[in-house]
Amino acid sequence: MHREGIYGLHEQFEDLAQQKESSLIGMWAFVAQEVLFFGGAFFTYAVYRFMYPEAFSYGSSLLDVRFGAFNTVVLLLSSFTVAMAVRAAQLNDKKQLVGFLLATLFFASTFMGIKYIEYSSKYEHHLIPGINFDGSHLDFDNPEKVELFMSIYFALTGLHGLHVLVGILILLWLIPVSIKGRFTSSYYFPVEIFGLYWHFVDIVWIFLFPLLYLIGVS
Amino acid sequence: MHQKENVNYLNVEYGIKSWLFTKDHKRIGVMYLIAVTLFFIVGALAALGVRLELLTPEGDLMSSDAYNRFFTMHGVIMIFLFLIPSIPAVLGNFVLPIMIGARDLAFPRINLLSWYIFIFSGIIGIIGILKGGIDTGWTFYTPYSSIYSHTPVVLVAFAAFLVGFSSILTGLNFIATVHTMRAPGLSWFRLPLFVWAMYATSLVIMLGTPVVAITLVLLILDRAVGLGIFNPTLGGDPVLFQHLFWFYSHPAVYIMILPAMGVVSEVVSAFSRKKVFGYKFIVYSSMAIAVIGFLVWGHHMYTSGQSALSGIVFSILTVLVGVPTAVKILNWTVTLYRGSVSFEAPMLYALGFMGLFIIGGLTGLFLAALGTDVHLHDTYFVVAHFHYTMVGGAIMGFLAGLHYWWPKITGRMYPEFLGKFGAIVVFVGFHLTFLPQFVAGYLGMPRRYHYYVPEFQFYNILSTAGATILGAGMILVIGYLVWSARYGEKAVSNPWRAVGLEWETASPPHPHNFEEVPRVEWDAYDYEYKYKKEGVSFA
Repeated sequence: MHREGIYGLHEQFEDLAQQKESSLIGMWAFVAQEVLFFGGAFFTYAVYRFMYPEAFSYGSSLLDVRFGAFNTVVLLLSSFTVAMAVRAAQLNDKKQLVGFLLATLFFASTFMGIKYIEYSSKYEHHLIPGINFDGSHLDFDNPEKVELFMSIYFALTGLHGLHVLVGILILLWLIPVSIKGRFTSSYYFPVEIFGLYWHFVDIVWIFLFPLLYLIGVS
Repeated sequence: MHQKENVNYLNVEYGIKSWLFTKDHKRIGVMYLIAVTLFFIVGALAALGVRLELLTPEGDLMSSDAYNRFFTMHGVIMIFLFLIPSIPAVLGNFVLPIMIGARDLAFPRINLLSWYIFIFSGIIGIIGILKGGIDTGWTFYTPYSSIYSHTPVVLVAFAAFLVGFSSILTGLNFIATVHTMRAPGLSWFRLPLFVWAMYATSLVIMLGTPVVAITLVLLILDRAVGLGIFNPTLGGDPVLFQHLFWFYSHPAVYIMILPAMGVVSEVVSAFSRKKVFGYKFIVYSSMAIAVIGFLVWGHHMYTSGQSALSGIVFSILTVLVGVPTAVKILNWTVTLYRGSVSFEAPMLYALGFMGLFIIGGLTGLFLAALGTDVHLHDTYFVVAHFHYTMVGGAIMGFLAGLHYWWPKITGRMYPEFLGKFGAIVVFVGFHLTFLPQFVAGYLGMPRRYHYYVPEFQFYNILSTAGATILGAGMILVIGYLVWSARYGEKAVSNPWRAVGLEWETASPPHPHNFEEVPRVEWDAYDYEYKYKKEGVSFA
């Protein structure tokens, strides 16, 4: 793995440029399959929202827009810091790189923390399908349709949260490697590839936020 | 023989650890071969149970419940653990990097990871069988699977979900490798057609598999956590599950057949000693199948209550997908014309593929047409149709490729006489198994039933007799291949005198495939160029 003294060059590649190109195509292909993965879930959402518009907008009003909006800001900031981290790596600026990656980690963890508070409050209000959903206290004629909305809410945000968690794990690997000074202007693409993944996770939330939180009747 | 044996990927290091931690695409290919063969045997045993039970109209061998589990496990194992990985993960893994002159795939560690994911999900699937197996059919239709079935659906659905990621990782690897690691001079339109087929397959894998993954996740959440996404009592729509399921599972049949078509292109050209006719048309037809294949899933739901308009649209698109397939068959046939054709075992399988796939494809048109499908839906006609494409197509293609590249993989020749004999036995057994099912299905015998009316017994006896011959043929093939891996005659680097980078390197290849990076100065299948260079005239 240290052929000809080039750090990070794997033996199947001729040079780092080829390795970078392969890795980028690999991550884009991975993001493409993620789009289809979430696409199936969004499609399910679209079908049911079309079938039960009232239940969906009632269900949406049970969510707390403030939490959703705050988390949107948090994720947008994290996208900014990850973009800056890529730039810092390209510029050989180790201090900035580590700083921006730590900031990304902070925002990602904040997001998960808020999510935890949200899920707990849903639990207290008996709104988690399959665990403690109780529609009797709802001011809606067909509480089972609201349960369907909540099912989709938990499936979508749960899967998204899982992706944030994976991002946190990757960051926990990237940060020590950055501290060791391994990423340089010639070998920075692991940071860039993580950036691609992270922006994708961010964009999914950008779609989830309006579709889930903002369709409620005020 | 005082000459020291050359270093190759098999003898470069020894021991079980050197295999389990290898990053060499060739070794991973061999590990996949062993794994899929084992799963094939389990799936075949389940089929044996089904066929034995159907010998008589009464249920005298097993209960209806057991029968449901048998045919489900046959389907789940054969599709998810054998057909989908068979050609890409075994042959593609082994020959694709060599064919493009690369040292390895772009991501060798991810390649190894895909094997472990495959094995892990296989083990979960086997645990599911040991816990009694599931009875939903391989299609996992809701709400039966999500609410009513009393079998370990979560376990098996999770295995199917997980195994999808092993094929996604393989597809991702192939795409990146073909894009960035071709040898100098090897432009896109000089790529062997097998590589093109793998590329098209990888696209389908990357864009289809995640959709079934999310569908199975939602199913698992419904069943394990109690969400109600497909639960009709909450207003959930089970037909939505069918849409999502078939959005992957119909393209999945192209994941199974496109690689086989790639193998046939290689084999037909090699054993005709002639350039493939209409190279670009075959390339485009592979891509066309990959694209149109995504637009036909609704033909599985003509009777599930979708609108008449979508039925018509899906019917037209389904007929359309037959066109690129027919282009391929035509081009292979013309390739044979005036070639110096010889009939070694790979060629027999390739010709068998062409014959069987024509029947499989044409009967597909019966099912694509709305009117006839309402009559034939859920009958043995459908079972016969997809076995003609999947067994007659995908397995014939796999066996053609396995024999063709066997000398490259093992460095040994398989016994040619037994090879030809085995191919004929498999061919005959296959026809006898599935041809009667067309008739029984047309006359109205439904699929997936334990009991049937006595008038169908004649066809079922024929079918079970054929399955026995087919099984014997497969045992013979597996037997002599395993034997020849150790005791077969040593293979030269290019036993078929074929054109292609994989034949330029030693059999078995060097751990890094080539001693030095090859330069490609010829088009794919350029037999004139090759023979002129060697001073051989074939005219």
